[in-house]
Amino acid sequence: MSDRLAMPKSWHVESKPHKFCPGCGHGLILKVLGEVIDELDIQEKLVFGCDIGCSLLAWDFFDADTVQTHHGRTTPVMVGIKRANPELLCIAYMGDGGGYAIGAQHLVNAAFRNERIMVLLVNNTNYGMTGGQMAPTTLPGQKTETSPFGRDPEETGYPAQGPEMVAAVVPPGAYVARATCANMKQMKRFMKKAVENQVAGRGFSFLEVLSTCPTNWRTSARQTWEFLEKEMAGYFKTGEFTTPGDRREK
Amino acid sequence: MQRTLPFSENRVFVTGNEAVAWAALAAGADIMFGYPITPQNEIMHYWTRLAPAYGKKFLQTEDELSAGFTTIGGVLAGRKAFSATAGPGTVLFQEPVTMAEMMRIPMVVIIQQRGGPSTATVIYSQQEVNLAAFGGNGEGWRVVYSTANHQELYDYTIKAFNVAWTYRFPVFVLGDGYQAKMRESLVMYDPASRGMELAPAEAVVGKPGRPGSSRPAVHLRNAFSVEEELYESIMPGEEEFRSMARRVVEHDEEGTRGAELVIISHGVVSRAAVAAIKRLKEKGIKAGYFRPVTIRPFPEEALQRAVALCPRLLVVESALGQLARLVKEALFNRPVESFDTIFRPGVGITAEELVEAVIKIRQGGTTCV
Ligand SMILES: Cc1ncc(C[n+]2csc(CCOP(=O)(O)OP(=O)(O)O)c2C)c(N)n1
Ligand code: SF4
Repeated sequence: MSDRLAMPKSWHVESKPHKFCPGCGHGLILKVLGEVIDELDIQEKLVFGCDIGCSLLAWDFFDADTVQTHHGRTTPVMVGIKRANPELLCIAYMGDGGGYAIGAQHLVNAAFRNERIMVLLVNNTNYGMTGGQMAPTTLPGQKTETSPFGRDPEETGYPAQGPEMVAAVVPPGAYVARATCANMKQMKRFMKKAVENQVAGRGFSFLEVLSTCPTNWRTSARQTWEFLEKEMAGYFKTGEFTTPGDRREK
Repeated sequence: MQRTLPFSENRVFVTGNEAVAWAALAAGADIMFGYPITPQNEIMHYWTRLAPAYGKKFLQTEDELSAGFTTIGGVLAGRKAFSATAGPGTVLFQEPVTMAEMMRIPMVVIIQQRGGPSTATVIYSQQEVNLAAFGGNGEGWRVVYSTANHQELYDYTIKAFNVAWTYRFPVFVLGDGYQAKMRESLVMYDPASRGMELAPAEAVVGKPGRPGSSRPAVHLRNAFSVEEELYESIMPGEEEFRSMARRVVEHDEEGTRGAELVIISHGVVSRAAVAAIKRLKEKGIKAGYFRPVTIRPFPEEALQRAVALCPRLLVVESALGQLARLVKEALFNRPVESFDTIFRPGVGITAEELVEAVIKIRQGGTTCV
């Protein structure tokens, strides 16, 4: 019962407990999103889109209309919904593979066009759903199933800097930030601003959240948090990269 | 203020692409998503010029994957959304179309076939039959209308919207570069003035009410965890596809009774076939003509009946046997006396060639290559 009380109102109770692995950041991010949905009271107008990847496990997560799409294609589905009915609020939820690899052209072009949708991207430095392969965000030296000796930047480059890239191409009115599961308060502030930016219809909203994948990282609870707070934080700077008024929180 | 169609009946002399744009308007389409590719470009050009006056919308997407998935989004939001493509674009469309098949999302895509494989020519071909009918990792749950002239492009584009929104399966209108770019006369009309009803569009997401309290939330998915769950979700769809198939399947046929030979073709090539059987008749040779109008579902029973009347066949197409494969499958285990073919990938076929071929076959020759 106490667990139920702690649940955001917008959560779909029947689908809880959720299907993410223990210690996975997805659950934390969706908790924060649920609280923001409640606080901004947008449940009626919301269309939640989830990608293929572990984000698909959220297909019945909220008491909000939800469309689970194909891998990488959540952005265009949400763009289509928004263009067809601008009254709705569209949030595309995806992993780093979905957003920065297979769906990168959609992300970049939605940013170019300042689509009035929000993209919420979970950076866990690997392809979780398919069993832990290298992602565009994998850290140098990080071992994954397809970089078993560690990612070699000479061969496969450096971790993708998503928000930096998006911030470089968006027109005015966009909101672009990176948060982390290691700082829930900041994550909630950014999440709220990103959603509010769409409510105000100012422009594209993009939030990347640094997350955890203990299953594929093969880490203990302590190691998981260390990787998030030390290793990942070293490469991925949290903060706001573009805001509509350009008063940024570093 | 949204205008209504400026005509109830209007004889015009226009390109096929212009006819399609007007037909989409007449069918009540609200929004087009598209990516440039020859020979469909002018559908977008006409649509973008018509759109503002009629309160319609357009978005040029970053590629055809996006055109397909934004179309799906538009449909889910309750609008009649559509797209148009060709060649390599039709390849990219397979991904969104399979999602539409699985999730029973109505969707209309005009395909103006061009040469293939690959980028090939931008002009004409009938090489997108396989792709239109069975592309994608699914079971081919789509309706494919192969049109032969501009009047049909207009008629079947309107029909495509109605069939899509009545049965909730994706529908392709399969034209080609000749039909797209040629001018031809046709009668454009307001469906209402002919007493035709348009199937209404309904929103799937974002309907009124509070999800979880005043109405259940809509949770759409295409991913399943176990095999049985998938099987159970597919079989009702197959049943509905089959029952729809009986209602939408269409063919055209002439002079098969008492014919010496039946020419089987589809799309623009069937115009040559119709002309050829006329000329052959003048020479005292009785040839029949059979044409599937729906490539998928294929008019199997009608073809079987025709072949029971005349089991000597000549299959003609601007491709290397894509239609012929469908014909053979439809005639599996049926007695066929002869099966000649003319396959011309990416090239047009004339009535004269068909007349010559039929005469040659009568003299005991063959056209097979
Ligand atoms: C077109 C296509 N290619 C590949 C896949 C297989 N696939 C499923 S999920 C996934 C990667 C998921 O990784 P990510 O997007 O980072 O999300 P995560 O699971 O880590 O949350 C891949 C490659 C697919 N479903 N569709
Ligand atoms: S595999 Fe990783 S990302 Fe996926 S649910 Fe498990 S911990 Fe989370």
